[in-house]
Amino acid sequence: MNGKQSTKESFAAGAVGRAVERFEDVRLLRGEGKFVDDLHREGMLHAAVVRSAVPHGRLISVDTAHAIGMPGVRAVFTAEDVVRVLGGRMPTIPLRLIPMPELVPFEQPVLARDKVRYVGDPVAIVIADSAAQAEDAAEAVLVDIDPLASVPDRHAACRNESLLFEAHGSNLPITYTASRGDADAKAPYVRREKFSVQRHTAVSMEARGLLAEWDAARGMLTVAGAAKVPFSTRRTLARCMDLPEDCIEMIEQDVGGGFGVRGEFYPEDFLVPFAARQLGRPVKWIEDRRENLLGSNHSREMDIEIELACEKDGRMVALRATAWVDMGAYLRTSGAIPPRTLAQGLSGPYDIPNVHIDVSMSLTNKAPVGTYRGPGRFEGTFFRERLMDMAARDLGIDPVEFRRRNLVKVSQMPYQIATIRPVEQKEWFDGGDYGAALERCVTEFGWAAKAHLQGERINGRYHGLGLACFVEGGAAGPRENVRLELGADGLVSLFTGSANVGQGMETVCAQIASDALALPMEKIRVFHGSTTLMKAGFGAFHSRCVVVGGSAILDAATHLKAALCAAAAARLGCTADAVVIGDHLVASFNGKTIAPEELVGAAPITAEGTFESHKHTYAYGAAAAHVAVDPKTGHVELLDYLMVEDVGRVINPLTMHGQAIGGIMQGLGGAFLEHLVYDDQGQFLSGSLADYLLPSATDFPNIRAIVTGDHPSPNNPLGAKGGGDGGVVPVGGAVANAVSAALSSFGVGVHSLPMSPAHIWKLVQSSRTEARPA
Amino acid sequence: MKLAGDRFIPREQAVVWAALNDPATLRQSIQGCESLTRIGTNEFQMMMLAAIGPVRARFNAKLTMSEVQAPTSYVLTFTGNGGAAGFGSGKAHVQLEPQSGGTRMRYEASAQVGGKMAQVGSRLVQGVAEKLSEQFFTSFVAQVEANSPPDGAPQSGPHEAATSPADRWYRQRRVWAAVGALALVVMFWAASH
Repeated sequence: MNGKQSTKESFAAGAVGRAVERFEDVRLLRGEGKFVDDLHREGMLHAAVVRSAVPHGRLISVDTAHAIGMPGVRAVFTAEDVVRVLGGRMPTIPLRLIPMPELVPFEQPVLARDKVRYVGDPVAIVIADSAAQAEDAAEAVLVDIDPLASVPDRHAACRNESLLFEAHGSNLPITYTASRGDADAKAPYVRREKFSVQRHTAVSMEARGLLAEWDAARGMLTVAGAAKVPFSTRRTLARCMDLPEDCIEMIEQDVGGGFGVRGEFYPEDFLVPFAARQLGRPVKWIEDRRENLLGSNHSREMDIEIELACEKDGRMVALRATAWVDMGAYLRTSGAIPPRTLAQGLSGPYDIPNVHIDVSMSLTNKAPVGTYRGPGRFEGTFFRERLMDMAARDLGIDPVEFRRRNLVKVSQMPYQIATIRPVEQKEWFDGGDYGAALERCVTEFGWAAKAHLQGERINGRYHGLGLACFVEGGAAGPRENVRLELGADGLVSLFTGSANVGQGMETVCAQIASDALALPMEKIRVFHGSTTLMKAGFGAFHSRCVVVGGSAILDAATHLKAALCAAAAARLGCTADAVVIGDHLVASFNGKTIAPEELVGAAPITAEGTFESHKHTYAYGAAAAHVAVDPKTGHVELLDYLMVEDVGRVINPLTMHGQAIGGIMQGLGGAFLEHLVYDDQGQFLSGSLADYLLPSATDFPNIRAIVTGDHPSPNNPLGAKGGGDGGVVPVGGAVANAVSAALSSFGVGVHSLPMSPAHIWKLVQSSRTEARPA
Repeated sequence: MKLAGDRFIPREQAVVWAALNDPATLRQSIQGCESLTRIGTNEFQMMMLAAIGPVRARFNAKLTMSEVQAPTSYVLTFTGNGGAAGFGSGKAHVQLEPQSGGTRMRYEASAQVGGKMAQVGSRLVQGVAEKLSEQFFTSFVAQVEANSPPDGAPQSGPHEAATSPADRWYRQRRVWAAVGALALVVMFWAASH
């Protein structure tokens, strides 16, 4: 770890850059955390959701007569009930990120009304005295569906024979295009390949859950269990329920993992509060693991036809591609991000003068798609880095040297990448030394010393080395707000509009505030997430909490010091601008000092801060992998994996390292194990953790990460770059390159994930029947 | 999802055909089978208890037959509904042909399972189907052997001749219902492919 020490704002015990153990951990490890399911209320009822078992069909009827008479059942709400209560309106869930009028027709209604479009599509909600009673009654709701031809994959979607939304006339809502330079640029060497990534997603330890309470007398709705983006969720909920926004309070509990999936607005985020309001009783809902795998956002399912054009010396001239993202049945809140980011980010950290990428959304009868850690970048890095290895091999250039020749150089920063359309966005890499990260990676990995192992057979297993370079976007705006309150006890309370989804944000915020105020961390308490704390906040996504929220802390600290100066001026007998605020917030002038506690009256001294930015940060790095492949079983052992990433500035090396290692582990899960399988009719086959394989610590013990802060971002006063997604991004590319290198003597290479033993075994077998180019 | 297979039964075709006509034999051969009932000209209903891992349910199966070429082949379509446990549907083509010392029964089936059974049971389906299938054949062959002498003289011959065409027609329908039950078993098996 190589965190940069804080400079000008630091006081004696500079907190930024120190490996501080997470404040959150003591409470969580003692079992004192408070998650949604730890909440209990007097008279609380429980909800269970009735879901379609049919992938595609006309909803003929939902017969609740039997269920409603079962023990403990208080109510069953169907689409007709929702429409009746809301005066003829069926709310749909709007896109939160990059909304467009063209995408509105594909939004998910809170309950299926005329059609069901995936297995798991909610058709009713049952409320009962206990969760068990609700579940039993949910099974007794008779749902009559007239099946329609299923659209099981994007190929079927493209045929448009069966339509998910008949009125639209096509299963393809939109195509994003990213372009730069001349799309038709020619070069002496061209290679075209097809690749794909399988459907998988984040599986957080804590499943989704909500507890909604309706106070009829005050007309107030309180929803516990908000995560990720509580203010955005409140805005959507207010619109769906015909309530003013300030009549809804979203309360953030401890959150057992987010990764992009938890905390977006799902149908249940309407249904549970709706039921609470109808019944005037608190209603709780917690999904089980089958529901979690079936109903939370899926991600990653993409395929691509990609073409790389190079000079003979390996200099890349053009990158062209056509890709399809399997979006599932509806466009959800964050669904636009994976296809859009794939398009704009496909060229990665490389200087490619000519780029033309088309990425189409395709609708299928599967669970809807949203963002999952490194959305579009994990997939794009796999596609690009595989093709680059093939090109390097064809041209007889060492894979490290091939990348070295093509990385964006320091002198080219800020570097403009491809522009995305139709919602036009120009984008620049903020800065950094991409080549240095690659050199550090190959040095620390010992690439040169291991190079002789490339493709070697040792004790029956084939060894391979693989490499991938990457960038990680972060720091989504538009802004973040922070409020600091100095109390009479001398403690500072920090309120932020960012959210904690388990990433250790409380600790990191305290470190930033500690340096900014020259106050020990122990004197800073961090409050976050709930809508009761702030007027507005923007949450936790796109690796934004440190960069945007942290920069707002600096602004608030400046204002708090100014407020202290003003308060101290009269007592010190000087003007406010003559007062100096020293360590521990002690105000002084001309040798006289006043402790902060003495300045606080009946009310705390309060200061607001904000940071507004539309400029993203780009953390970057390289990863190398060493594998051994057993051709008899198809099993791959990961012997070594190393990522080097520069995140501009490391606030806390310990939590940053945890982010990196956790990201790598999730990436390895996606590369080797995790697969949300549907059959050819759209039936879901991965409804338990025995079917959906997650990596465990023993699967991949040899992983290493070095995270540096050598090149601060010019886009924010902290110099930080978003660092939460980076670990996952290069994994598929690096490891697939290593496996392909190992199998080079068979003349086969990896074109799709996951690299399950069966997949690798079949690749080896295929080389025995037909000769294929590697 | 497709499945094909065959079994040798050491009795001549007419005997196997006749045994398949006996609902009692079939009910005892299909584990969990509770009833076989005719509900229409070409439609039968069967109740069957089945468990696949964590999913246990009573399946209400509807069987529809077509393309009957007595006594050698037919096509059977079936849908089974296990309520909240899920559902299955598919098509089976079954053929009997004489072979030295007995009869060979061939089947080709395509099937789908859906709902909870597919979500949490798909990885268990093959094992369950193989077990049910094995139990069916073991039990069926044992009963055929017990009910007919090894030289293959069909005991039911005279009775068969004496029955009215309507009776024979009805018995034939029960054959298809029973083989439909077998197809349902096969369907579980097929689901994992």
